[in-house]
Amino acid sequence: MTTPYPTPEAIHFEPIASRSPPRAARGLAAWLRSNLFDGWRNTLATLVVLALLALVLPHLLQWALVNAVFRPDNAACRAAAETGACWGVVAEKYRLILFGRYPYAEQWRPLLACTLLTGLLAASCYRPFWRRSLLLAWVVVVGAFFTLMLGGSFGLSAVETGRWGGFPLTLLLSTISLMLAFPLAVAVALGRQSRMPGIRTLCVLYVELIRGVPLISVLFMASFMFPLFMPQGTTIDVLLRVLVGMTLFTAAYLAEVVRGGLQALPKGQLEAAQSLGLSDWQATRMIVLPQALRLVVPAIMNTFIGAFKDTSLVTIVSLYDLTGALQLALGDADWRKFFLEGQLFVAAIYFVFCFAMSRYSQWIERHLNTGTRRQ
Amino acid sequence: MNQQTPIIEFKGVNKWFGEFHVLRDVDLSVARGERIVICGPSGSGKSTLIRCINRLEEHQQGELIVDGTELSDDLKAIEKVRKDVGMVFQQFNLFPHLTVLENLTLAPIWVGKLPKAEAEERAMQQLKRVRIAEQALKYPLQLSGGQQQRVAIARALCLTPKIMLFDEPTSALDPEMIQEVLDVMVELAGQGITMLCVTHEMSFAKAVANRVIFMDQGQIIEQAPPHEFFDNPKNERTRDFLSKILSH
Repeated sequence: MTTPYPTPEAIHFEPIASRSPPRAARGLAAWLRSNLFDGWRNTLATLVVLALLALVLPHLLQWALVNAVFRPDNAACRAAAETGACWGVVAEKYRLILFGRYPYAEQWRPLLACTLLTGLLAASCYRPFWRRSLLLAWVVVVGAFFTLMLGGSFGLSAVETGRWGGFPLTLLLSTISLMLAFPLAVAVALGRQSRMPGIRTLCVLYVELIRGVPLISVLFMASFMFPLFMPQGTTIDVLLRVLVGMTLFTAAYLAEVVRGGLQALPKGQLEAAQSLGLSDWQATRMIVLPQALRLVVPAIMNTFIGAFKDTSLVTIVSLYDLTGALQLALGDADWRKFFLEGQLFVAAIYFVFCFAMSRYSQWIERHLNTGTRRQ
Repeated sequence: MNQQTPIIEFKGVNKWFGEFHVLRDVDLSVARGERIVICGPSGSGKSTLIRCINRLEEHQQGELIVDGTELSDDLKAIEKVRKDVGMVFQQFNLFPHLTVLENLTLAPIWVGKLPKAEAEERAMQQLKRVRIAEQALKYPLQLSGGQQQRVAIARALCLTPKIMLFDEPTSALDPEMIQEVLDVMVELAGQGITMLCVTHEMSFAKAVANRVIFMDQGQIIEQAPPHEFFDNPKNERTRDFLSKILSH
């Protein structure tokens, strides 16, 4: 009986040289064929989606672009009310939406302040800039931000914090509260694992109390209860109270995210660090935290994006951030019926920033995971 | 402290994991430079025994003295002992976010307070000793299992420990890589360091061990030099165990 495989007397090994793999067909036609039209099910689904788009898209484009009014002309907007979008409301009200109740003539100051801060945020994302001088830059820019916004020095007229509004307020609240909340969250997450029962209980209590209450209530309490704890007569800036409230709120959620990362780390890593004689603090700083934080980058970014949008709740304490300023702008009876276009404008601004954060998160996952993926 | 006092002493050590009595009245004395292999069925407390030596586990009763220092809740004592005891784990436990060289220089710089250049020199020496110097700048996950375990051994040796503990160092390796790790351990054994090794590799025990210890259900059942242990086991449990592991 012959075997299904060759059985020669002697086997001489002839190595087969490595060759490159066959290349996939290039070109649009090939891409369409393999992604949209392979098999009858996918082809059907593609055709259905194309039909839906053909139904909806022309009407949408008609409304948004073709019949739309771009000039800040109220009469023209009303005339085109049913058939076209009134982007004129944006043209008319954009300064109120973007800068809130900040004095009209001084609005170059929040514009400059926001440009500086956004620029620094973007720069901080790139690895080549991660040096000691970056910390100095942060101190300088935040200082410049407050100087520009507050005024009262360098020949700038004073503008009290109650009048700050629009985009600068959103940017300020989210940036500062997130920067403060992150180290607090790490401390609380580590505190929950502490051997000392006092610290552990304190951290658990903090997280559970804050998480048990909506942000609106936290802001309310921070704004109206804070002064009750202070000696008679001292007033604390409303902006400061709101910052504290937002920081404490975000830190509680971030602490649980970090704790998830700490738990996900294999116990052997800490044991190896301990057996090498590293102290608890050294092991946490150099071995545990770098790995634990890398594990939960998606969840951290998720919380950051949520916190950025949660700043819209400060309207409850009469601070007019981007969303609040929109409400102010639409208080004008003439333009009130075009609230949809106003909302879309504000939504677009939020989207740009949130999407940027989301993409950055993916960049971080790709580039900071050296060594943790089997290569 | 003369050369005659044992370097590790267990006196009536008992340990519980909750209600489970994992180490039962363990008495053990290890001389300087002695090489001990501990074997036994799983769950017998072998790993727990050696993990008590560098306080990765805490014993609840009895005395455990390592190189003259008694192990207790005293942090200073634990620190002192960990400087002199190196450990190699079954899962290697290399730090994946650091290169091989950084893995090795971490402890000498931060615990041994050595300057970076000296730490790196020492690290390269140890890497040469385990024959893996060319991989110094790679990340652990770029190496094979056998290479990773050799790096782990080099990392433990960087602190010039007096005692080396091995917790089933070859159990997670593919068979063809086991030999390269065992070769390194045999070479190490020839250099006078005290070694305690939990392993199923009986060839290693026969090659280098001064004493083989058999543990079952938390107790030391039998201890003897290898030739006596394997040729003439005195306890029936030992015979039973040996027949199972030496049959293939």
